[in-house]
Amino acid sequence: MSQNIKNFSAEPIVRYRNVTKVFDQRVVLKRLDLDIMPGEKIALIGPSGSGKTTIARLLMTLEQPTSGTIEVNGELLWHMQHKGKLITANEKHLHRMRSSIGMVFQHFNLFPHMTILRNVMEALVHVRKIPKPQAQQRALELLQQVGLQDHIKKYPAQLSGGQKQRVAIARALVMEPKILLFDEVTSALDPELVGEVLDVIKGIAEKKDTAMLLITHEMDFAREIADRILFTDGGVIVEQGTPEQIFENPQSPRLQAFLTRFLKERQYGLASETAAAGAE
Amino acid sequence: MDLFSLELLPPLLSGLKVTLLITMYSTLVALALSFVAGFARLSRFRVISGTAAVYVELFRGTSLLVQLFWMYFALPILLDIRIPAMTAAVIAIGLNYGAYGSEVVRSTIAAVPKGQVEASIALNFTPFQRMKNIILPQAWAMMLPSFGNLQIELLKGTSLVYLITLTDLTYQGMMLRTYDISQTTAIFTWILILYYAAATLLTYVIRLAERKAAVGRG
Ligand SMILES: Nc1ncnc2c1ncn2[C@@H]1O[C@H](COP(=O)(O)OP(=O)(O)OP(=O)(O)O)[C@@H](O)[C@H]1O
Ligand SMILES: [Mg+2]
Repeated sequence: MSQNIKNFSAEPIVRYRNVTKVFDQRVVLKRLDLDIMPGEKIALIGPSGSGKTTIARLLMTLEQPTSGTIEVNGELLWHMQHKGKLITANEKHLHRMRSSIGMVFQHFNLFPHMTILRNVMEALVHVRKIPKPQAQQRALELLQQVGLQDHIKKYPAQLSGGQKQRVAIARALVMEPKILLFDEVTSALDPELVGEVLDVIKGIAEKKDTAMLLITHEMDFAREIADRILFTDGGVIVEQGTPEQIFENPQSPRLQAFLTRFLKERQYGLASETAAAGAE
Repeated sequence: MDLFSLELLPPLLSGLKVTLLITMYSTLVALALSFVAGFARLSRFRVISGTAAVYVELFRGTSLLVQLFWMYFALPILLDIRIPAMTAAVIAIGLNYGAYGSEVVRSTIAAVPKGQVEASIALNFTPFQRMKNIILPQAWAMMLPSFGNLQIELLKGTSLVYLITLTDLTYQGMMLRTYDISQTTAIFTWILILYYAAATLLTYVIRLAERKAAVGRG
């Protein structure tokens, strides 16, 4: 079974070491160790409140670890050397480190005062300092890739949820991050719009050089695109392995219970869909 | 009584000019102070946010009339300087409405959704770019309606400046009335009309700005 795990020869691009996160005296992540290899696609599954979002937010520098270290490209993310001592990173250090990382959010977080095109161009122009014509060209290519070339002059409020999320994906992708984080990017969508967003992500997943960490409740999707699946519960990674290992042969009782619960919900969902179809 | 007695108009219009000038200058001062104090309130340095908070509370907690008197009569004695009435009026009104305006700036910036900041961090904008390109344009759209109200309040507030010898619209009305008390109704009707016209003009300008800032929403 282990031959299914891809052979990543290089050094990990991300390394969580002994990372603990405490919110208001609640331990949300406990001594997390996690390596992400360049180009690796990881799906993160687990019950609500198990710390999945926190894992991603620490890497995106939206939260600071309470203890432990995170390395990106072999360099410490949240710490830096100062007069021979390791201190908390300043904004300048974080700015340099963030250039490898991108994130897509559950609620899109598009900039409502900018057109779709500008949403995608803005960081290229102001962060990457690419001249406007080239930036626009790149932005158009990505909007084409996510199938929104006909909507570039619209504002986010004029798009459907699925379209918004595809813009958000293009906006993250245009910065060419080495690691792309997806936090339940289909959870806020109407069911009929989920497919179009998952299809776009599947397309991106074919890029070999971008590592992806996907937090998701879409088990079939996780199974299809992930090289490795992590199951978190109570702030720890309880179990991990290939999709086959996780779904066909779960070891821990907690993962078994989680999958059973998930399967039941889906059967119920399918049953009601069949009923609805029969009623037509 | 002749309501449309036009010979009242020239002195009233010259008063209106003073009113509008004071309105314009003190609006500029108030706007600048709104942003300076509004940002200061959001500072993580306690000295800065504390100082701004004291300023806001002080000027919101006392009346504009007292502030005008203080600026024109008390401060010059204290510092042994002379402050022209116009300058005193602009500073006092600017400080007063700047205090209210800074609350608008502070609260609208705080009201921009957290996700907007997070998205701009994820795209690696610098803190300055986050404020300038992402947060401020969205906050600005929320500020304008409140700024519009304050602008009208400020215009009406300028009618107090006749108490520190300035010959604004209200002053001219009062003077005309002392010449011919029988014209009282006509005078005050004209004053009403002129203040209302000025307010309508200002409202219109702010509506235009609001429409421009609201692009994409709605
Ligand atoms: N900013 C915060 N302040 C306080 N507590 C927080 C904060 N962010 C997260 N938490 C808590 O940390 C725990 C883990 O949260 P996290 O969002 O990482 O879970 P999750 O696995 O992503 O859950 P979900 O599936 O519901 O998104 C939760 O109990 C949550 O309430
Ligand atoms: Mg979450």
